[in-house]
Amino acid sequence: MLKNRIIPCLDVKNGRVVKGINFVNLKDAGDPVEQAKIYSDGGADEICFLDITASNENRDTIYDVVKDTSKKCFVPLTVGGGVRSIEDINKLLNCGADKVSINTAAVQNAEVVVESSKKFGSQCIVVAIDAKKNGEVWEVFTHGGRNNTGINAIEFAKKMEESGAGELLITSMDRDGTQAGYDIDLINKISSTTNIPLIASGGVGNLDHLVDGIKLGKASAVLAASVFHYGKYSVKEAKQYLDSKGIAVRI
Amino acid sequence: MKITIVDYNSGNISSVINSFKEVAQNKVNIVVTSDLKKIKSSDKVVLPGQGSFKSCVDALNNVSGLAESLNEFAINNKKPLLGICVGLQMFADIGYEETETKGLGWISGKVSKIDNKDGKYKLPHIGWNQINIVKESKIFKNIKNNSHMYFVHSYEFIPNDKSVISSTTDYSTNIVCSAEKENLFGTQFHPEKSDKLGLQIIENFINL
Repeated sequence: MLKNRIIPCLDVKNGRVVKGINFVNLKDAGDPVEQAKIYSDGGADEICFLDITASNENRDTIYDVVKDTSKKCFVPLTVGGGVRSIEDINKLLNCGADKVSINTAAVQNAEVVVESSKKFGSQCIVVAIDAKKNGEVWEVFTHGGRNNTGINAIEFAKKMEESGAGELLITSMDRDGTQAGYDIDLINKISSTTNIPLIASGGVGNLDHLVDGIKLGKASAVLAASVFHYGKYSVKEAKQYLDSKGIAVRI
Repeated sequence: MKITIVDYNSGNISSVINSFKEVAQNKVNIVVTSDLKKIKSSDKVVLPGQGSFKSCVDALNNVSGLAESLNEFAINNKKPLLGICVGLQMFADIGYEETETKGLGWISGKVSKIDNKDGKYKLPHIGWNQINIVKESKIFKNIKNNSHMYFVHSYEFIPNDKSVISSTTDYSTNIVCSAEKENLFGTQFHPEKSDKLGLQIIENFINL
């Protein structure tokens, strides 16, 4: 039986982890390679890096991080943030990323998704959608949640599936950083209208939120950052909890 | 010993290279090339493959003489070869992804889209699934039955002769996830991304 995946996400800026785990035995809390290794040793099903480097001159730092991580972690590695072009995707894959997530560029030009999935295969193209509720609908935001495009998120998700995305990473901008749990309605609506796996993101504050993402949201995978970053729970604890709730996980 | 990972522009092979180098350390020489002479002089060959069946077959045929050299290596000389993902799928006679495409024809069979049971199952089949070992295989040494491996694919290899199947996995149907015929080994899952157990399979192949 296919297991539900738990994906810890690390925010990386200028090659350093922004909100790292505070473990006493950690040599360098800002080293993304060491953090990723802790996660994969702890049973993470995948590792996700979100590059939030703002300045262009430091953009290349992520490539070194990916290179070093892929030599030490032997679980899938997804990298996103600032991916603009086929060339960016090619570079990340060559450095050892297994999947690349595309956000703003996919909204601006769906052809990037069409072309990249043809060139590299759908299996490595994840489309990340940042959505925020406006009245009764969810709208797509870009540029790290700063710009409202007014595009209907559910329709956009369907369009991305048709364009060749292999997976969808859905983040609720209303919930992100709140620790109030995923936007289950959003996750469930997109999961039930598309036929590709969905990764739920944004808002996890406790382990029941992960359970809800899978049971109620029908997500294939659940992504979380801060609950793991700050050592509130380990990936192992999260898996054991999900298992105790009858959710199929790899233990 | 020299093991060659065939680099034929078949998508992202850096994870395969990293995992083999991790296991080999300095004991085994890992070569990444499409050079025919180097392939012929190898002790073992790894044939990776990502993207579609058609794109991999096209990429393989784009390297002049590569299919013939692999054929000589694996079929005439019967040296060990490991196909990973589409690398395994290409063992088949024919694949139906994008359009009907001829495979290497090493293990008679076809590659078809996984039945998603009218949308009840999502595709690609992405994530960790358990393998049910149905035949003793040297590459499964120290691998327990029902171990988890990492999958990412929408198409499956269906061999005509079921005795080549060494493990299967349950998704929408019972999917072939590894095949073995004499010196030919193939996994539908990605040992290079299947953590410690995947590295064990790579080690088993190196130690054949």
